[in-house]
Order: sequence, then C-alpha cells, then structure tokens
Amino acid sequence: MGADVVEVVVFVACALIVLGGGFGVIWFRNPVHAALSLVATLFGVAVLFLNMNAPFLAAVQVIVYTGAIVVLILFVIMLLGVDIEDDLEAEPLQYQRAVALVVAVGVAGLVVAGVSVAGDELVSGAQSVTAVAVDGFPNVSAIGRLLFSEYVFALELAAVLLTIAVVAAVVLARRPAEVEALPAEDASLDPPEPVEPEAEEVFD
Amino acid sequence: MDGVDAGYLVLSAILFSIGAFGLLVRRNPLIMLMCVELMLNAVNLTFVAFGMMLGDLAGQVIVLFVLVVAAAEVVVGLGIIVAMSRRRPGATADDIRVLRG
Repeated sequence: MGADVVEVVVFVACALIVLGGGFGVIWFRNPVHAALSLVATLFGVAVLFLNMNAPFLAAVQVIVYTGAIVVLILFVIMLLGVDIEDDLEAEPLQYQRAVALVVAVGVAGLVVAGVSVAGDELVSGAQSVTAVAVDGFPNVSAIGRLLFSEYVFALELAAVLLTIAVVAAVVLARRPAEVEALPAEDASLDPPEPVEPEAEEVFD
Repeated sequence: MDGVDAGYLVLSAILFSIGAFGLLVRRNPLIMLMCVELMLNAVNLTFVAFGMMLGDLAGQVIVLFVLVVAAAEVVVGLGIIVAMSRRRPGATADDIRVLRG
C-alpha cells in the first residue's frame, strides 16, 4: 500500500515538472531558455520511466537526450547567436494560433475521451510470451537479450541509420567555398504588391 | 494503480498536444525541433506505460529504437539549420516562401 502512495506522489510531481517544461519550450522567446525547459521535461520523463519499472530507459534517456541531444541543440544555438529572440506578437498567418489551439486541444481531448471510455480496461491484449517483464526484477539483461535475439535486424538497421546520420551531418556542416550569406534585409522577401485590378482588366 | 495507469496516458496526450501546438505556432526552426522532441517523448511515455500494463518488454525495446531515430533526426535537422543559417542568418520557417517560383 505504501509503494502505491509513493508511485502516485512521484507521478504527480513529475507530471507537473513535465508539463511545466513543455509549456516553457513553447512559451520562452529565448531559445536557450526553451532548451533548458526541454531539459526539465526530459528529466521528468526519465523519472517517470523509473516509476514504471524501466531503469535502463531512464538512464538512456538522461544520457542520450539531456546529455547529447540538448547539448547539441545548445551548441547550435551558441553557434548561430544567443541573442536571437522570436517576436511572439507577430502572427504572419491569420488565425494560425487559434486553429493550432483547436488542433492541440482536439488531439488531447480525443485521447482523454478514449481513456475515460475505456475505464478499467485500458489494455485488452494477451500477455507476451517472448518478452515477459517480471515485476520488480531488473530488466536490463532481459532487454539486452531481446535486442540481440528477436530485434537484432532492427538493431543493425539502427546502427546503419546512425552511420548515415553522422555522414549527413559532416556533409551538411561542411562550408562550401562559393556560398555567401545573403543580406538580412532582402527586398525579395517582402510580399509583392497586390496586382488584382490589372488582372481584372486583362480578363475583361 | 489504475488511476496512475490512466494518468500516464493523459499526461502523454497533453505533452503531445503541447508539442504539436508549438510546432504549428513557433517559427524558429530550433524551437520547432524541440517541439518534435516533446512529441517523441510523449509517444515514448505511452509505449512504456502500455508495456508496463501488459507486462511486455517490447514497449521498452521500441522506445530504444525511437531514441536512436530521434538522435539521427536531431543531427540531420541541426545540420540543415546550420547550413540554412549560414546562407540566410536569422531565417525562420516563414522564409520558405523564398522557394516560391
């Protein structure tokens, strides 16, 4: 009974951290602040993994996401200039935010409705025979055995994908000799003047 | 226990919606990448939660592969952003209209 209370308390605390970090990512104007909010979210998800008996994934989450991916994003932010801030007031597409809000709330509402309709029977599948998780048992060795037996082809494909990504990053980041930066204020970026009256005349 | 199980799914749905909203609204390509990461994390949370409910380790294995794909995606995406910013400093997602013929 005590373990259940601990699980609920940890879940609530981590859910608050995760949601707060998520809102921070889309709220902060400065990309550095957004990246740090992303770290909060990823750490919260890692603790939730621990809460769900997945210690290996929690470690991988911290090492790969907060240790590699967010650091990479921060490196690029530093490379491009830290002082670039978004103008959150500008809304180039009319009603873009309202439509995006409807989409987001709709997606969340659909899933929440599905969960509440399902009630106590959230899952109805049969227990796996090849990948059984034992409660409270450290599952690192079980995951390793699965990776190198049943999912070994996918593992090899993942290795190929990572190699391709490294080669692509090297090719993309190489500085070509002939490319020059365009001027920041480019006249071609401005919207063209409206030409409707002329067009009407042509068609008349 | 059941309440927490449903809580994981609801939390990941909300996190996914936050990421989708940010991806649709923000114009800085770096922040859009971060929003994609939020959505991927929400999906990972769902995988592990369903794996825990079913007593199945395959959910955790799939999350591992999602992590690999996310890492590759971030590497290529950041490379594209760096190459793009070298050509046009301070570019946003709206500047895609430069490609208009």
